Amino acid sequence: MPKWFTPAAILCGLMFVISPVLIARAPDEASMGMVYKIYYYHMPSAWMFLLAPLVCGVSSAMFLVRGRPGDDRRAWAAAELTVLFGALTLITGPLWARRAWGTWWVWDARLTSSLVGWMIAWAYLILRRYGGPGSDKLAAGVALFGAVNVPFIFISVNYWRTIHPPTTVVPKLRVDMGVPLWFCVFAFLLLFMLLMTMRLRLEETRARLDDLYVALDE
Amino acid sequence: MNATPFGRSLWLVLRKDLTVEVRSREIAYTTLFFAASCVLVFAFALVREGRAPEGGAAGILWIAIAFAGTLALGRTFERERQSETLRALLLSPMPRPAIYVGKLLGIVALLVGTELVLVPLVVFLFNARLFAHPFWLAGIVLGGTIGYAAVGTLFAAMLVRARSRDVLLPVLLYPVVVPVIIAGVQGTTALLQPNFDAVLVRFWLLLLVTFDVVFVVLALWTFEAVMSD
Repeated sequence: MPKWFTPAAILCGLMFVISPVLIARAPDEASMGMVYKIYYYHMPSAWMFLLAPLVCGVSSAMFLVRGRPGDDRRAWAAAELTVLFGALTLITGPLWARRAWGTWWVWDARLTSSLVGWMIAWAYLILRRYGGPGSDKLAAGVALFGAVNVPFIFISVNYWRTIHPPTTVVPKLRVDMGVPLWFCVFAFLLLFMLLMTMRLRLEETRARLDDLYVALDE
Repeated sequence: MNATPFGRSLWLVLRKDLTVEVRSREIAYTTLFFAASCVLVFAFALVREGRAPEGGAAGILWIAIAFAGTLALGRTFERERQSETLRALLLSPMPRPAIYVGKLLGIVALLVGTELVLVPLVVFLFNARLFAHPFWLAGIVLGGTIGYAAVGTLFAAMLVRARSRDVLLPVLLYPVVVPVIIAGVQGTTALLQPNFDAVLVRFWLLLLVTFDVVFVVLALWTFEAVMSD
């Protein structure tokens, strides 16, 4: 593991311990009261859910151009993180929606495109698992289409009539609401990087072990 | 190595596919029969007391196109796999994008042929007023078909050598083409409204054209990169 990993992991753990305190001390929202506070975890995980398929798509494009296994491993790890952070987003979102909108789910552009993005990541992983030899390149092709979906998710709230809050909400937040939010964003980003590093390390070790087996056979 | 010009290569691939299909008619007949069966299954599932549900026709039409399209895509490339003819195509000195576009046009032609029967069938069975605006309808159906086939042709070609390709094609294809299906269904639903709103229909058509352009460009690049060995 790189040297920064342990201190970063401790920092990340501390941030997730402190974050509920900060969120609890943040003021209630005028119309929704304290129910809105799940947003402090929902939005950062949603941002990671947008970041992960972009990392996956860019790494896949690099893998298709250069053919280096490292790019492929990064794409694979990012696809798994898309599924993880997508699950967090799709669980915390309906919890909020149940109280704010009175329903768990609506078929609007933001929710639908997010679900589609999550399913593309699942499709990627299913292909890697069951596609057999050569599925790394095929999966890279799928990842490109997953990355194209990301800008669509992002702009969907601003172009379609929907009840999901638009992206312009974030810069307009009051300071006492903005500080816990950015704290959580940083905590999630750190978690993203840590998980990515761990996952890459695992795949690299596995690849080295495979090479050793091959060398032993020869 | 690009000895054969783009247009001629494209035409050769397309003509080969059409000739094989015209001689056997295997994919056309099976796809058409399967599409009609889909419509019937939905008719049995949704019709209550002899009446079709309001606005159900658009959804049924697009589900039938999507399901039948998967069948046609799988079969078209299974044919290329049997005697390793896809490898022969890739080894030939044709530009790769021409092979992709040729296969794409072949699939689109096949699906349009199916739709020529499917749309009247839906109109007839569900009392849908789809023919009130024939040009808009043609635009929406063609736009959706191209978007669907653009991704479908790429994925079916990629999966030719993969294990369990029959299962993987719909697994990969449907999440990616959901936006196209949504725009197709919404555009067709807008056509069925009693008060025709040209602005709304044009919006969905433009969205479909946007998807078509994005998907075809991305697929052209990906086809070249993925089919390189």
